[in-house]
Amino acid sequence: MTKNRLRQLKERAVKGFFFTHGILSTLVLLGIFALLLYTAVPAFRDIRVGEFLTTKLWDPTSPLKPVYGILSQIMSTLLVTAGALVIAIPIGVGVAAYLSDVAHWRVREIVKPIVEILAGIPSVVVGFLGIVLVGPFLAKISGQSHGLNALNGSLLLAIMSLPTIISISEDSLSAVPQVYSEASLALAGSRWQTLVRVKIPAALSGIIAAVMLGMGRAIGETMTVLMATGNARSFPTSFFQSVRTMTSNIAIELGEVPYYTTHYYALFAVGLVLFIMTFIVNLIADVVLRKYQEREL
Amino acid sequence: MDPRPKIETRNLDFFYGSKQALIKLNIACPEKRVTAIIGPSGCGKSTFIRTLNRMNDVVAGSRVQGKILIDGRDIHGSGMDVVDLRRRVGMVFQKPNPFPKSIYDNVAYGLRVNGVRSRDRLDETVERSLRAAALWDEVKDRLRENAFALSGGQQQRLCIARALAVEPEVMLFDEPCSAIDPIATAKIENLIQRMKNDYTVVIVTHNMQQAARVSDHTAFLMLGELIEFGETKTMFTAPSQKLTEDYITGRFG
Repeated sequence: MTKNRLRQLKERAVKGFFFTHGILSTLVLLGIFALLLYTAVPAFRDIRVGEFLTTKLWDPTSPLKPVYGILSQIMSTLLVTAGALVIAIPIGVGVAAYLSDVAHWRVREIVKPIVEILAGIPSVVVGFLGIVLVGPFLAKISGQSHGLNALNGSLLLAIMSLPTIISISEDSLSAVPQVYSEASLALAGSRWQTLVRVKIPAALSGIIAAVMLGMGRAIGETMTVLMATGNARSFPTSFFQSVRTMTSNIAIELGEVPYYTTHYYALFAVGLVLFIMTFIVNLIADVVLRKYQEREL
Repeated sequence: MDPRPKIETRNLDFFYGSKQALIKLNIACPEKRVTAIIGPSGCGKSTFIRTLNRMNDVVAGSRVQGKILIDGRDIHGSGMDVVDLRRRVGMVFQKPNPFPKSIYDNVAYGLRVNGVRSRDRLDETVERSLRAAALWDEVKDRLRENAFALSGGQQQRLCIARALAVEPEVMLFDEPCSAIDPIATAKIENLIQRMKNDYTVVIVTHNMQQAARVSDHTAFLMLGELIEFGETKTMFTAPSQKLTEDYITGRFG
């Protein structure tokens, strides 16, 4: 009898323990959002929201009339991220497919951990490579004086998001039930057809999740783009132009801005917009995933 | 008089790594007949049937010795393409394994991977295959629905239709009824019996009554070795081996 009571108590304690943890992480997230909102909103006492979002010029320290427009930064962030994804998705899914379907298991056992270790390279080191390696290379092929531009950032972000995309895509491809591949092979499908028509569609939810996580890393990455993209405050028109993303802008200016000024609040507002952007990305991913899974079952 | 053998194995050995799963098997499956493979669990019957369309190729560390002939040609020979072989030798698996696609797309899969694009031809083959698998009347109004919406027995008939759509010469069944209910089982047994007009059928089963009901010839395997092979009627009434008799009468299993 007492033994039973004790077990129940223990069960309840364990439940409570994990419940607290779950709640705690949600609370922290809400707290961050609240702080961001609280610090960002005062900016709009002096700036109109519409102007803030649609003006290309960001010149908060102008002695005549400060201008707070983040359209150039938004476009820079989108441009660099899109470029990174265009490079990283085909390579990432390709490597994942190779590892799960083609490579000898011994090769997979060696390559996959190495790829995962790549994720641990500090972003400042990747940025350094951008300056000394990718930059000069891009300058050479484009004929410009330097190679610190959007494409440089895209290349580096692609490299940084590859480990996530490869690792999670490979997991989901390997998790596709063997019976699907066998059915396809038994119907005289080649290995390539089996991969493209059966395995990748069946693993799509995982691959989309992988891409979203990779994208999340690319959008929010600061140090690398700060070092590699040149940080010009202009509206981006090509990949061979220096750009300043939202993250770099915050990082560059927040250290020097006088506290509790419009400029200070405006930087938090940039952060808020970034937060909302990543939130929307995740939301879309979630909806796509859910739709896809419904269709599955 | 027996028809000529469609599939023949000659001294077939099969190894998983160092473990030998099949030992010197000599089995001949006559054309347009049903051959049943029976035997206790682990006797190698599934391994055997999977060697016939080289499904074991994908198993790491596996090895085949000896010969498997289809129409007298070695399926491991240099002139034999494995995709081609599987076009001629279809397979239905133990558990129904439709793709997570629509009913239509499941049946059309084999045609599409073989390059058929014509809408009319796809429509026509899908209908014919579903009819041949006695499933058409149940699904004709919902071909676009996901195959997972079907019952287990229907899914298995869908897998049969899917295999028939490729127009194979041989159909392999690897315990096709082990995961479905008795009524669905009866439907599939009927199908198999009708199929022998057009196909050479090999069926692995652990259900002796099923072997007796559907097959013309039976091979009894134990621990990778062929104990007895012969006409089903003879084997179930007057087996020549003591082991066969003991197994069939349920003294072990």
